[in-house]
Amino acid sequence: MDKPLLSVRNLTIDIPVGGGTLHAVRGIDFDLNRGETLCIVGESGSGKSLTSLAVMGLLGKAIRRGADRLEFDGTDLTTASPRTMRSLRGARMSMIFQEPMTSLNPAYTIGDQLTEALLLHRKVGREAARARAVELLEKVGITAAESRLSQYPHQLSGGLRQRVMIAMALMCEPELIIADEPTTALDVTIQAQILRLLHDLGREMNMAMILITHDLGVVARVADKVAVMYAGELVETGAATEVFNTPTHPYTRGLLRCIPLPGKTERGSRLGTIPGIVPSLIGDIRGCAFRTRCAHAVPACHEAIPLRGEAGHKFRCVHEDGKRHAEEEALA
Amino acid sequence: MSQETSQAVLELRGVTKTYRVKQGIFGKAKPLTAVNDVSLSLPRGEVLGLVGESGCGKSTLAKILLGLEAPTHGQVMIDGKEILAQDRLSLARRIQPIFQDPYSSLNPRKSIFDIVSLPLRVHKVGGPEEWERKVRDILDIVGLPARVMNTYPSQMSGGQRQRVAIARALIMKPEIVICDEPTSALDVSVQSQILNLLGDLRREFGLTYLFISHDLAVVEHLATRVAVMYLGRIVEESDVAGLFDRAGHPYTQALLKSVLTPEPGLGVPDTQLGMAYPNPIDPPSGCQFHPRCPMATSHCKAVAPRPVDTGHGRVECHLHDPQSPIYDAKVA
Repeated sequence: MDKPLLSVRNLTIDIPVGGGTLHAVRGIDFDLNRGETLCIVGESGSGKSLTSLAVMGLLGKAIRRGADRLEFDGTDLTTASPRTMRSLRGARMSMIFQEPMTSLNPAYTIGDQLTEALLLHRKVGREAARARAVELLEKVGITAAESRLSQYPHQLSGGLRQRVMIAMALMCEPELIIADEPTTALDVTIQAQILRLLHDLGREMNMAMILITHDLGVVARVADKVAVMYAGELVETGAATEVFNTPTHPYTRGLLRCIPLPGKTERGSRLGTIPGIVPSLIGDIRGCAFRTRCAHAVPACHEAIPLRGEAGHKFRCVHEDGKRHAEEEALA
Repeated sequence: MSQETSQAVLELRGVTKTYRVKQGIFGKAKPLTAVNDVSLSLPRGEVLGLVGESGCGKSTLAKILLGLEAPTHGQVMIDGKEILAQDRLSLARRIQPIFQDPYSSLNPRKSIFDIVSLPLRVHKVGGPEEWERKVRDILDIVGLPARVMNTYPSQMSGGQRQRVAIARALIMKPEIVICDEPTSALDVSVQSQILNLLGDLRREFGLTYLFISHDLAVVEHLATRVAVMYLGRIVEESDVAGLFDRAGHPYTQALLKSVLTPEPGLGVPDTQLGMAYPNPIDPPSGCQFHPRCPMATSHCKAVAPRPVDTGHGRVECHLHDPQSPIYDAKVA
């Protein structure tokens, strides 16, 4: 297999706060190949968005990023100059944000915002850039694309704005797209269409995609690889089929039990819960961060946690099978 | 319908709400029918799930039920008494809302005690001692420790805030609770806790819910009846089993298709809905769903369908109407 497009080893993100240092992301590893979709799933505050911002080099000045390796197509991003980063962002790697209302500039037309990156990064004229913008708006399913260019964001509905965001991210044909909750604010019907669109475009252009979401349904349907994140760590990673068919970390199984499954969960029955709250990540953190909410916690959970499993499916737990078999037996 | 209307705690008869909307500064005001001839009957202790895309009129309907908007036509009855004939205070005793965003629905300058006890003070129930006792009791019921009484919303997590909002809604022991997307701003592990809580409270106090949500898996789990809204009309209404197992309306079928269950390998479904939700100022002729309906015929374009009894509810679709030229016995 070719070298991965994006390779991340031991990524850490530290945020200085009043009472010390908040270790928001701790020791994350992943690889992403061209044409592949990685879904990072986790709850609010788990560090998924910070991870994507770290790859894009968009973290705030006060936030410290560390990594043994952070490589994009052979370019070392840990040492890349701001100038190099600027030449990558928007051109070879681009981002789709969650809130299309706040991430589009209300004072500029759709056309201005769509063509900005292309005019900046590629040697094209205004006319060619506008033609490309129309082409992409049509591709993302916007009717009367030509006339949309002179419209302002407030004149478009939420679904249309999100499509504009996607078209904007695709303008320079990036090799990597990071989409941070791209469909969370949308209706289910529009969500399905946008996800199909992203998926098809990704295939067509052989793009790598990192999709950040808290929706396990979205993950199951679009991911090639899944990374489950809890309190700044990847607790379970692997091929989507592996992670969903044999969820091994107790947190992954807990999440899956929280959502009602049509046709499987009995209507009106009590849903599974994960009691407790996410621990504070300020100061020294040792052992498994999930132990305070885990039904299988033992004293060893306070110590270093081994990474288990094989190449296609890894998890971090002191228990050999993450107590999966024990839980299955208890249910049977 | 087979329901005994005498039992209905909440009944809507031909409720219509029309706004006059100006397009542009000099544009002529045009009528926008947000809620179009809605008749519903909700027996005590039931949960009516109301689903539909944004802009279909779900929230306008909720406002009418809360007495915040007066219907243009039609009647809303609570316990057989017309809503408009009741004063605001006595209405507020019987019907209470829980809103979507627990971050903006609680006053950040008021303590939790102030927020939860406000209904008691407004209704002049008892004195400070009784307020404290009642707040303590209701916090216990929604699963919050009494010590949170002196804290402020900013010190709480999203799930805790939503519990506060539920406590505030329930402290006057209302009969009906309008839940407008109560869990869509929450993480899945918190969502399941809130859904369990709503289910428990309903069983314990015999509450009746109108549960507005765009998450069909959640609606299927909690609701006993479901109404599907499209452009202000209830296009299908049924008991929960009938709707989810034998959906009649093509729109309902498309909505069900767009639910992403966490099953890997299935891909993202094609809803065949086409892109745009129609402009409610300029609704389509005949069956308002026909431009997006994969089964539409010229008859659908010309003639509006009438409600047809399905045995488990009713549906507005020509395919199900034995008197329509395109009646399809196989579909119905």
